[in-house]
Amino acid sequence: MDGYGTSMRKSLLIGIGTLAIGLAWCFWTAGSAEEGGGYGLGRTATDEEIRAWNIDVSPTGEGLPSGQGTVKQGAQVFAAKCAMCHGPTGTEGPKDRLVGGQGTLTTAKPVKTIGSYWPYATTLYDFINRAMPFNAPGSLSPDEVYSVIAWLLYQNGIVKEDAVIDARTLPLVQMPNRNGFIPDPRPDVPSR
Amino acid sequence: MPRNEKPTANGPAADYARDRMVSRRRFLAGTVSLAGLAATTMMIPRLHAQEVKPPEDPMRVPGALPRPYGDRSPFVKSARVGGAGPGAPHGWGENAPNNFNSWTPLQDLHGIVTPSSLHFERHHNGVPLIDPARHRLLIHGLVNRPMIFSLDELERFPAVSRIAFLECSGNSHDLWLPNAPDFTVQDTHGLTSTSEWTGVKLSTLLEAVGVQRGASWMLAEGSDAAGMDRSVPLTDEVLQEAMICYGQNGEALRPEQGYPLRLFLPGYEGNINVKWLRRLKLGAAPFMTREETSKYTDLMPDGKAYQFSLVMEAKSVITSPSGRQQIHPGFHEIRGLAWSGRGRVTKAEVSVDGGRTWQPARLQEPILPKCHTRFLLPWRCNGQEAVLQSRCTDETGYVQPTRQELVKVRGTKSVFHYNAIQSWGVERDGRVRHIYA
Repeated sequence: MDGYGTSMRKSLLIGIGTLAIGLAWCFWTAGSAEEGGGYGLGRTATDEEIRAWNIDVSPTGEGLPSGQGTVKQGAQVFAAKCAMCHGPTGTEGPKDRLVGGQGTLTTAKPVKTIGSYWPYATTLYDFINRAMPFNAPGSLSPDEVYSVIAWLLYQNGIVKEDAVIDARTLPLVQMPNRNGFIPDPRPDVPSR
Repeated sequence: MPRNEKPTANGPAADYARDRMVSRRRFLAGTVSLAGLAATTMMIPRLHAQEVKPPEDPMRVPGALPRPYGDRSPFVKSARVGGAGPGAPHGWGENAPNNFNSWTPLQDLHGIVTPSSLHFERHHNGVPLIDPARHRLLIHGLVNRPMIFSLDELERFPAVSRIAFLECSGNSHDLWLPNAPDFTVQDTHGLTSTSEWTGVKLSTLLEAVGVQRGASWMLAEGSDAAGMDRSVPLTDEVLQEAMICYGQNGEALRPEQGYPLRLFLPGYEGNINVKWLRRLKLGAAPFMTREETSKYTDLMPDGKAYQFSLVMEAKSVITSPSGRQQIHPGFHEIRGLAWSGRGRVTKAEVSVDGGRTWQPARLQEPILPKCHTRFLLPWRCNGQEAVLQSRCTDETGYVQPTRQELVKVRGTKSVFHYNAIQSWGVERDGRVRHIYA
């Protein structure tokens, strides 16, 4: 009885196993036959393609490349490639003011800069790397981007003069206005 | 046609018609000769001539022939006006090289649809020139299968069309300022436009790639010189309504509106409707890009800022009579636009006495959700001073606030999302001015 029962169970298990493999195969082939949600449109992106396009940097530091920069190097990069629009110390303009303004957000003339307003230091990499300098976006090397970030954070009193900015240190930088944002509470204006 | 030929008795209008015949014949003959080029280039200044003299009797002169791509009548001059943010002068003069946006001439438009050529613009480092054959959309991140789509492939997916407004969150930004310059409605409200948008639903593409558990945000990135990127919350509303668009008002998107591909999120602030779209990346948290942290956030009097303030709240404005117009005593139809990012406009009211009394205006069909809605009210100007206002209510019951109510809560430093009731003062001489009332 026992032997019979065991072999019954065994063949049942084999049967279930075969069915499961068969079903999995069906789903797998159905999956590949219905590429693009059943429309068969588009193709799988290769890892290489994704690497080339995947330029964003998030607050965790995901996306930051290797390389590094110092305040001293950043001063040179800024003077050569940024000062023409942002002024020699990042305060003169004519374009966005980048330095100073801390303590002004509640005043009649709030000055929104990296130091007074930006909540995440990683955003500097994401933005400068993709969009700056305005006349030659995407032209800075990772070392140049890290350097100019180091200089801007130093000018804003956020890091020390000997700071080295890289993929490890940048996400650790605490921005003064990190807690300055609240989720959209609207509708916030009572109607009569 | 030789340039020095003496104008005929029929004047420039007949010349214009004949030029077009000449250029058409050459076009048909396929002659790419210097003479042909000369004729074509000569045609341009005539077409845009400052003074167009029509024939005395258009019934006695043969008219112009068909042409490959239409243009409006040379008598119609309505145009966008350029600008560069709060405080900067509006126009195309000396400041033109600094302009990064342009306002729609709402005072000149009929109905609800904005002609594509007059749709407002905002770009962050110019309008890119993109070869559609080489353009691709990559969807990756928290998906089962990262995929790349060509424009042809995206156009083959089931298509959807929707008429909806698109408004820059900075529309009316100058109205936070304490003084009230002699603005037109174009200056005050021209960063909103309505189009028929056509494309594929975002959800269709997300089904294709397979969204992984935990994916609650999506980075959208453009292929302009700013590489403009924004994080989009994958809410039910977004999943149901978001579109990847390639069509605008029946033809391909205009370059200024994202040719060949843009994200469209009905009811959401313009900036997040990323143009020249090249990449969507799904993630578990917002990516905290420059635009959604340091720029498109609304600073409140207590120093805190609203973040991801995406919906454009209900707003309305009288487009006629409006700022810098001159009206005369007698009959006028007060006309305006109302819209809400939360759904349909259910009511538009008009006051001619600065908000003391209100009358319901007629809403003109179609009344579509998240779309400009035209309202109309007959009015007789009696030559006395008047203050014209409109206020709208949307399907959620939200009522457009007065400027005082808005400023009481938000102060005057938030730059974005100004949606208060607009006042036009009509003076005794019929002159209409932008005022705070």
